[in-house]
Amino acid sequence: MVENRPFLNFLTHLVLIVGVALVVFPVYLAFIASTRGPSDFLTGVVPLTPGNEFWANYNYLLGSGESTAGAPPFLLMLANSLAMAFMISIGKIAISIVSAFAIVYFRFPFRVLAFWVIFMTLMLPVEVRILPTYKVVADLGMLNSYPGLVIPVIASATATFLFRQFFLTVPEEMMEAARVDGAGPLKFFRDILLPLSSTNIAALFIIMFIYGWNQYLWPMLITTEPHYYTVVMGIKRLASVLDGDTQWNLVMAGVILAGLPPVLVIIFMQRLFVKGLVETEK
Amino acid sequence: MASIDVENVGKVYTGGVRAVTDIKLNIADGEFIVLVGPSGCGKSTLLRMIAGLETISEGEVKIGSRTVNNVEPADRDIAMVFQNYALYPHMTVYNNLAYGLKNRGTPKSEIDARVAEAARMLEITQYLERKPRALSGGQRQRVAMGRAIVRKPAAFLFDEPLSNLDAKLRVSMRGEIKRLQRRLGTTSIYVTHDQLEAMTLADRLVVLNGGQIEQIGAPLEVYHAPASTFVASFIGSPAMNLVRGEMHGDRLAIGPAMIGLNGFAPTSGAVTVGVRAEDLRIARADEEALPFRLEYAEELGSQRLVHGAIGDQQITAAVSPETELAPEMRIAVDAKRLHFFAADTGKRLPGSVPAQAKLAPAEPVV
Repeated sequence: MVENRPFLNFLTHLVLIVGVALVVFPVYLAFIASTRGPSDFLTGVVPLTPGNEFWANYNYLLGSGESTAGAPPFLLMLANSLAMAFMISIGKIAISIVSAFAIVYFRFPFRVLAFWVIFMTLMLPVEVRILPTYKVVADLGMLNSYPGLVIPVIASATATFLFRQFFLTVPEEMMEAARVDGAGPLKFFRDILLPLSSTNIAALFIIMFIYGWNQYLWPMLITTEPHYYTVVMGIKRLASVLDGDTQWNLVMAGVILAGLPPVLVIIFMQRLFVKGLVETEK
Repeated sequence: MASIDVENVGKVYTGGVRAVTDIKLNIADGEFIVLVGPSGCGKSTLLRMIAGLETISEGEVKIGSRTVNNVEPADRDIAMVFQNYALYPHMTVYNNLAYGLKNRGTPKSEIDARVAEAARMLEITQYLERKPRALSGGQRQRVAMGRAIVRKPAAFLFDEPLSNLDAKLRVSMRGEIKRLQRRLGTTSIYVTHDQLEAMTLADRLVVLNGGQIEQIGAPLEVYHAPASTFVASFIGSPAMNLVRGEMHGDRLAIGPAMIGLNGFAPTSGAVTVGVRAEDLRIARADEEALPFRLEYAEELGSQRLVHGAIGDQQITAAVSPETELAPEMRIAVDAKRLHFFAADTGKRLPGSVPAQAKLAPAEPVV
């Protein structure tokens, strides 16, 4: 694999470039589209160079929103999405790390059963239990509210499972050493387990943030007031105009806006993220 | 500082598996006790019961004059050194040492002083700001011991602390543990499966087998007068030769050969005869001897281990490296250097406690 052959070098780079182009091109198209006027797409040919409607499109979208399509200003929806994604990811991590702690370090009746019940829910997608969940949330009067958006998806079997697996790799002697050192369960959790889990927490935070950000079906079901719309729903609203043409330039601007925060989160937390996925504390 | 009394302690795990049976052991203040035995003999379980990491199913453990059966490990005034060190990987060496003291609310200045003292004693002062990851195995082991020392506990409990180190480091750390324990005078219980470690470290050895005590005694006592065939084969390297024999009056038959015992015969009938490899020697032409069929020899430099058989029974003899080897040899042993064990129970036969245990100058234990 260390052979120095010019042709091989060329070939490998070609493959890489084609791969990157395949991924990047649609994003590029979306960006180009978001900088053009509404009539530029009617010819059926998608232009490949930027237009000069960038400020107009984004200003319009962020500030006033597409009221004819029933979409509130994007700024509000971005804020809603951000709030929801943060609450979901922080809540998920807090709940799952505590439950994994209980499952791994405490002996209580039906411990194994509890774990398996949690584990089984891994196999059930949200959609399967969406009707009963809706009923519960509606009965609790949580429609059109942040708790309603967040609480039903706040428990995470995946995260619990991952934390459990990580805790199992922490040598039992570590816990015993802490016990001899006079650390009770909570102190052990705070002083030893939490710092050791930091990379896992960072990685899970990113994954859960993106999961929360991309929630679509659930927010659509339980929010009827535009005040609580999230940005992913907003795009859908933009795209499905009842009468008249879809304004693709605005839809694309929305797509770009909705895609930005997760990208930023990944860029800024990338170092931790990669570390968390790859490196385990020795 | 405290004595430790283990009174009729037993351990039964949920599910009825019995790990330890009726252990009775009184440890004096400042004594270095080594629990030794093969894996699964219950030595770690016993240590962990004393530490408070396992519940005590039967009996009573006292540290000082206080019964600690239901006392949390942190409140038993003990410190433990673990096999894999169990250092906190995200803390610096300083914090590793200080953690136990912080949890007890020790004032900062005192923590500083104690950590500095322990670090000086263990020569890890220059590593105090490092993380355990950046330390070698031997240095990690020192930190683990430092964590025990700073607490100034009534007793140190060591759970096979040296088994993760390489052979050379093990020898030097062994010496260091011994020196440290002498200097601090702290009661210590040390668990190991390595009989060499046990022999060199212990004031008194406790040989465990199948969850029960086989023998308690000073290392040389155990070496020279093993209480059973199990102890005989476990303590000492190479292991004591154990062969089937039969007593005919004052004469002992081993396989095809027969030698006189000059009045040392403790019993009659079938026995298990034990003889240390170094007590065997090449026979002079004019004495009674055992015919020995050489199979192979191992060179140790200072001595030569010859492996072979008397009749159909395997035997190892340690002879000087100058000894000439032949396929068929005659080997002899002083009758008073033989150990006799009951053929059925494996227990040492009374009356056969050899005089050499007291008389002979202590053999250098390698």
